[in-house]
Amino acid sequence: MFDVEKIRRDFPILGKKMNGKSLVYLDSAATSQKPRKVINAISRYYRNYNANTHSGVYKIAEEATEDYIRSKKKVAKFIGASEWEEIIYTRNTTESINLVARTWAEQNIQKGDHILITEMEHHSNVVPWIMLAKRKGAVLDYIKLGDDKASLDEAGVDEQLAKRPKLVSITHCSNVLGTIVDVKAIAEKAHKFGAKVLVDGAQSVPHMGVDVKNLDCDFFVFSGHKMLAPMGIGVLYAKRELLEEMPPFLGGGDMIRTVLQQDFTLNDIPWKFEAGTQHIDGGIALGVAVDYLKKIGMENVREHEKALTLYTLERLSKITGVEVFGLPSQDIDRRGGVVAFDITGVHPHDVATIFDQEGVAIRAGHHCAMPLVVDILKKPALSRMSFYIYNNESDIDKVIEAIAIVKKKFKISDTLKP
Amino acid sequence: MSIDIYAEEIVAHYEHPHNKGKLEGADAQFHDFNPLCGDDLTIYLKISDGKIVDAHFEGVGCAISVGSASMLTDLLKGKSVKELEKMGVADVVEMLGIEPGPARLKCATLALKTAQKALFVYMKKDSSSVSKEL
Repeated sequence: MFDVEKIRRDFPILGKKMNGKSLVYLDSAATSQKPRKVINAISRYYRNYNANTHSGVYKIAEEATEDYIRSKKKVAKFIGASEWEEIIYTRNTTESINLVARTWAEQNIQKGDHILITEMEHHSNVVPWIMLAKRKGAVLDYIKLGDDKASLDEAGVDEQLAKRPKLVSITHCSNVLGTIVDVKAIAEKAHKFGAKVLVDGAQSVPHMGVDVKNLDCDFFVFSGHKMLAPMGIGVLYAKRELLEEMPPFLGGGDMIRTVLQQDFTLNDIPWKFEAGTQHIDGGIALGVAVDYLKKIGMENVREHEKALTLYTLERLSKITGVEVFGLPSQDIDRRGGVVAFDITGVHPHDVATIFDQEGVAIRAGHHCAMPLVVDILKKPALSRMSFYIYNNESDIDKVIEAIAIVKKKFKISDTLKP
Repeated sequence: MSIDIYAEEIVAHYEHPHNKGKLEGADAQFHDFNPLCGDDLTIYLKISDGKIVDAHFEGVGCAISVGSASMLTDLLKGKSVKELEKMGVADVVEMLGIEPGPARLKCATLALKTAQKALFVYMKKDSSSVSKEL
């Protein structure tokens, strides 16, 4: 039984005030808040068994190593990977993508090769590929958005795949539009053309059940901090055979087996990609976050966010002068808990500042997706609210009140839609 | 100081900006862009005998940046170039009558920063010599 009020009590920050008003946190697509269990896990680690992993032969070092590996096992199971050795810890989604760009892609993409992404990628899935394309003389292609300005143009997918890209790197869920992409279908097609497929799951793993085996992607990346875990811990999943073939990323301790004056041998995966002391407490806390989400059930998380999104779209549809982006209510099955909007005549930064004065935290800006927001949606910036397990309808009601305040301050008439 | 950033005056300037549009025959002009907000601003100055005789702006942005540009171009008329050169954050805060807070300070000071850059180019100085606090 999903009980949002019970869940809210697990998040200490939700009892805080912002500008004298009860905090209404609607920026989980940027980062999620953390439940007490996760916060306590970090404290417990430093109080009881802080030690460097792998090398220590004493008890608390063993405990730290065991817990760190246990967290990888939990993450592997959570996303349907067959082995925990396929789970590489990084700092975040961005670092995971850069790791692939600097290792697998460095080795496999050459001058004139194509890399295919989409027009709704976050900068983290754009810039590493621009950098690689410039470095190698490769070609970066985009799957375009359809006329609805909310989903990918399906005919465009085939057209671009016909260019036989070496890599297709796509978002699972857009951080601006909330659109859930059918990455399974794209991966299936892409594989027929011989491409490898990377899926950016930063906005999907926290919010829905994900099974990397079912999606059959070659690489899958996400961040811990958007799914209740601390900042600075991220994940790269890749199929074992790829990880075995890939050259190492950073050099240093732990990624080696032996080092000579002029040479070294590599450690086994996953350690081959984890040079230097890792974010051990972050990894352990990520395991705790996974436990927390599993207990709620990812299907319940998804249903809760669907209901909130529908409620939001319904409330916003009754207000004049508010433009909403993304797929309509009837396509809720393809829409995550992200609602970008624009109050006509008011700059999103002014909207966010007025919301802030009301205790409501939303995002305003280009959302690290300038090719989408500026070039396609033709806006210098957008306002965005995004939901998670701890948001309730009362949060949305506060948004509606805050919009009325914005309109009042900017003297925009507040007529109800017929 | 008003607590409400969106005091009547700023919103009024945003909705009915003063001195908006290109200034023909301007002696100094500078275009600046803030990619974070998408604020886009050009400041035009007419200068005679070391005094600013007219000031205009063109551009799009949030209420704070546009309101600030509208108020600043009013304020600059009749000021000496020396006075413009010496202006800083405190002058912008005083002009707006609000404390914009760290998140929005860049919006509030964009107009002054652009006006000073225009002046520096006019005086054949490096535009990057504008005060770091802006």
